[in-house]
Amino acid sequence: MAAVRRTRTLLLGLLGLVVLAAAWEIYKAVGPESGVLLGGRAVLPRTGDRAMPHLSEMVTRLGDPAVGRRGDPLWLAVLRACLFSLRIAATGWVVGVLVGLGLALLMQRLRLAEAAVLPWVVLSQTVPLIAIAPLVRRWGAQITIGSFTWSSENSVAVIAAYLAFFPVAVGVLRGLKSPDQTHLDLMHTYGVGWWRTLFRLRLPASVPYLLPALRLAAASAVIGTVVAEVSIGLRGGIGRMIIEYAQSAGGDPAKPWAPIAGAVAIGLAAAGFVVLLGLLLRPYRRAEVPA
Amino acid sequence: MSSPAVHVAGLERVFPARRGPGVTALAGVDLDVAPGEFVSLIGPSGCGKSTLLRLIADLDTPTAGTLEVFGKTARQARRDQDYGIAFQQAGLLPWLTVTGNIELPLTLHKIGRRERQTKVAELLELIGLTDFAGSYPDQLSGGMQQRVAIARALAESPRLLLMDEPFGALDEMTRERMQNELVRICAETRAAVVFVTHSIPEAVFLSDRVVVMSPRPGRIVDVVDVALRPGERDEALREDATFFAGVARVREALHGTSVPSARGVEHR
Repeated sequence: MAAVRRTRTLLLGLLGLVVLAAAWEIYKAVGPESGVLLGGRAVLPRTGDRAMPHLSEMVTRLGDPAVGRRGDPLWLAVLRACLFSLRIAATGWVVGVLVGLGLALLMQRLRLAEAAVLPWVVLSQTVPLIAIAPLVRRWGAQITIGSFTWSSENSVAVIAAYLAFFPVAVGVLRGLKSPDQTHLDLMHTYGVGWWRTLFRLRLPASVPYLLPALRLAAASAVIGTVVAEVSIGLRGGIGRMIIEYAQSAGGDPAKPWAPIAGAVAIGLAAAGFVVLLGLLLRPYRRAEVPA
Repeated sequence: MSSPAVHVAGLERVFPARRGPGVTALAGVDLDVAPGEFVSLIGPSGCGKSTLLRLIADLDTPTAGTLEVFGKTARQARRDQDYGIAFQQAGLLPWLTVTGNIELPLTLHKIGRRERQTKVAELLELIGLTDFAGSYPDQLSGGMQQRVAIARALAESPRLLLMDEPFGALDEMTRERMQNELVRICAETRAAVVFVTHSIPEAVFLSDRVVVMSPRPGRIVDVVDVALRPGERDEALREDATFFAGVARVREALHGTSVPSARGVEHR
């Protein structure tokens, strides 16, 4: 039964991809050359090969060299950039998750901390990324501890963490508060203190809240990395590559789509990692309503 | 064993209000529960029966009065695990198996694995759920979950069992079966029980004495001696004249007080 459902989910997912690809090609075939205009504004893109290359072209372009006639194929260049960005995003995610967990614990433990910190946590997410990126880089550049010097990669990771900590802090706080009064009374009658109640009751009970938070944090960390790479100007990652390749769209229209697909792949890898984590934590998800 | 399981004298609990004198949940409550005795607390909502139970369990602190559990303070009795407790919600941890839930208090108090295994096997036998040792709470019916909760309350072989409407959320059929089970379990463990309920037949069927309480302020209005001999509480009792007589006496005690207190409400 479960196997059937899993196969169906997989097939539906694949079907979604096929439908998307078909929509692309059908619109390209039947849509007007100049795109669809509504009151002088373009609502659907031009269908020429420059704006919408064939999917097959995008795929074959992956095999050709990234630059010039020789050298590494495009897919390899994109893969390298993906791994570079993924590593930074992962660092940011780990830092963000730890900070989020710490804040959630602090806010659960101390009412005062919740009243004092939570508004700032929420407010922090309203500051535009483009505004903080240069700040982080400038402050970071002044940090030198022994042989460690702050790099632009560190700045990007900090920004990824800045986006990632938020869902974790809010989600885990809700999770830590989720046990029933009955459970808390029971722990009190057993005479166990805050720490053991935390490990025996609050943390296990927060897992159903933790996993969606981790997934959101992973997505945020990836987006934060890509955007911060651009605004800080860090080379080597997928964010910068998207900008660079977009400039060659005129002569090589299939090329810019490769790093975009790469960015999507990073997001999927991050989400997939959290799904694996969820499998490890499965015993603690029994209270969850199966989706 | 000379000291009573529970000794309560002049107990008072006032919940402070932001304005005004506060709400008196309990006033001038005196009660003694002998070792091995089954005492039910019954009364309408707001009569303080649950508050009294929570005070005995040291989940709440009295405003005034004496409260001793086996001759110790309630806090000390809680620390010594002198009582086991069961609530209206079974309150099982969903990520632990039946075994894991029953042995939870033992694990928390660092009892060795072998001792835990023996104890859990014994308790599973007692509640008749040996076949479900590896099941998770969401795979059990409400009645089975409540049985597991009772086994958990008995895990540390307490001499006192505190129960706050443990069968309140069960259907009538399951409820009667659970009452029969509880009678048997109590006979085997010989623990004293303080049992909160608002079902008159339940109180009469289970108890040696039924403590009838009334609200505003919560106090004891009557104590009905059911005076059945041990071994008399079986299915036949539910249709017996002594049972009906007990039910009638508890009902009279309840109604004798509920009328004026209801009038009191109208005056507000």
